[in-house]
Amino acid sequence: MSTDVQHSPDMNDPARKSANGELIRLERVTKRFGDHTVLDHLDFSVEAGKHVTLIGPSGSGKTTILRLLMTLIKPDEGTITVDGDQLFPAPEKQVREVRKKIGMVFQQFNLFPNMTVLRNITEAPVTVLGLSKDEAEERARDLLELVGLTDHVDKHPAQLSGGQQQRVAIARALAMRPQVLLLDEVTSALDPELVAGVLDVLRDIARSTDITMLCVTHEMNFARDISDQVLMFDSGRVIEAGTPEKIFSEPEHDRTREFLSAVL
Amino acid sequence: MNWDWQAVSDFMPQFWDGLLVTLQALVLGSLISFTLGLVWALLMRVPSRWVTWPVGVLTEFVRNTPLLVQLVFLFYVLPEWGVTFSALTTGVVGIGLHYSTYTMQVYRAGIEAVPVGQWEAATALNLPLRRTWTAVILPQAIRRVVPALGNYVIAMLKDTPMLMVITVLDMLGQARLFSQEHFQFTEPLTVIGVAFIVISYLASLLLRALERRLVH
Ligand SMILES: Nc1ncnc2c1ncn2[C@@H]1O[C@H](COP(=O)(O)OP(=O)(O)OP(=O)(O)O)[C@@H](O)[C@H]1O
Ligand SMILES: [Mg+2]
Repeated sequence: MSTDVQHSPDMNDPARKSANGELIRLERVTKRFGDHTVLDHLDFSVEAGKHVTLIGPSGSGKTTILRLLMTLIKPDEGTITVDGDQLFPAPEKQVREVRKKIGMVFQQFNLFPNMTVLRNITEAPVTVLGLSKDEAEERARDLLELVGLTDHVDKHPAQLSGGQQQRVAIARALAMRPQVLLLDEVTSALDPELVAGVLDVLRDIARSTDITMLCVTHEMNFARDISDQVLMFDSGRVIEAGTPEKIFSEPEHDRTREFLSAVL
Repeated sequence: MNWDWQAVSDFMPQFWDGLLVTLQALVLGSLISFTLGLVWALLMRVPSRWVTWPVGVLTEFVRNTPLLVQLVFLFYVLPEWGVTFSALTTGVVGIGLHYSTYTMQVYRAGIEAVPVGQWEAATALNLPLRRTWTAVILPQAIRRVVPALGNYVIAMLKDTPMLMVITVLDMLGQARLFSQEHFQFTEPLTVIGVAFIVISYLASLLLRALERRLVH
């Protein structure tokens, strides 16, 4: 099943590739854990610059897709392509190149507790992208301003609230200037009063940058606000795809209706 | 039997010599065991049996045979292979090697205790494997294992008298020498006993201070 939103007329123009073309493509991807097949020959693609939200019941494979794209796990079959370059199967050297285009924010933040906020953000730009310390710190400070944490540069993650930590994690991912940002339930580990601050930052990023977002969330209002497209997953398949208006207001599938009435 | 302060003061010059040797053995033995243990722990994670199998066998063997036997072996057998070290060097290497097979287990536990999310974040940021180890995993792992390593330092201190059997004149060696010459046993042995307690205590203070610094 193809879930492309629409094909733009100039997608063959290489200069416009990232602006309008297809950025992510999974073809016939199968993922099993033991004898449990989570994804069965899944075809799936995301266009550059779009904000796509994955919804669906627990265990339907949403996290698995994001983890496959981040190369945290490998598919058993199929191919994964990002921006025209194969991510799987591919030699390690190529994986390292293609992976630069992808950033991820985790449910549990996963900041490096042994580093200050600033170093959390500058570590990878310096060691992976080869930025000078000054360039990386300037970039980090800009991002900390974006996420509203300029006063916390020299703190360690343990000194921050969950919401602040998650905003640092967002800044850390953005510091690598990825083309795609993967967001896996980034507010589920937060106390309720801290959720809004993180979602506001993400709304801001969605509005003000052309980054492609692939996002798993249970925050349906947020999904409605930022998404160009919502994909309803069930048992490792996309059973319904469409604009947020369509999916949330007039879902076609019974499963989608059941799911939405359970979470809304 | 009477306590003889004169014997204590007669013993002092030798005591200081012995103390220096004991401390040298302790500090150098600790450094070797900390370094080598980390090397073993890292080698055990190399995804190849050609590495893990020999390292596993060697370290199991060293951990499960007595230190005393190993010291004697190193002292008498190495020279036959053309390797000659001073008695103290042999002793330090022996103790360091023996304890490295314990510290490797401490490191392993510390490394395994680093949450998998740290590895995943490092992958997501594309950090090279080497950098992931040196900047992310090891700083967190080592911070966790300092208390456990400290316990082995104290244990090592209590094993240093074994060096006497390979002719090293540590505190016990000096005490025995003094006793044989002066037929006074109580005073030198008491002095070194007190010295062991004091060193243990100071070492544990030092380690606790280090722990506090690490847990910023
Ligand atoms: N490492 C793993 N080992 C074994 N099974 C796994 C593993 N990771 C995921 N699974 C299984 O794969 C299935 C899909 O998991 P996945 O995490 O992708 O679901 P999800 O849609 O993200 O669900 P949730 O909404 O609960 O986060 C589940 O049945 C899960 O138990
Ligand atoms: Mg999930």
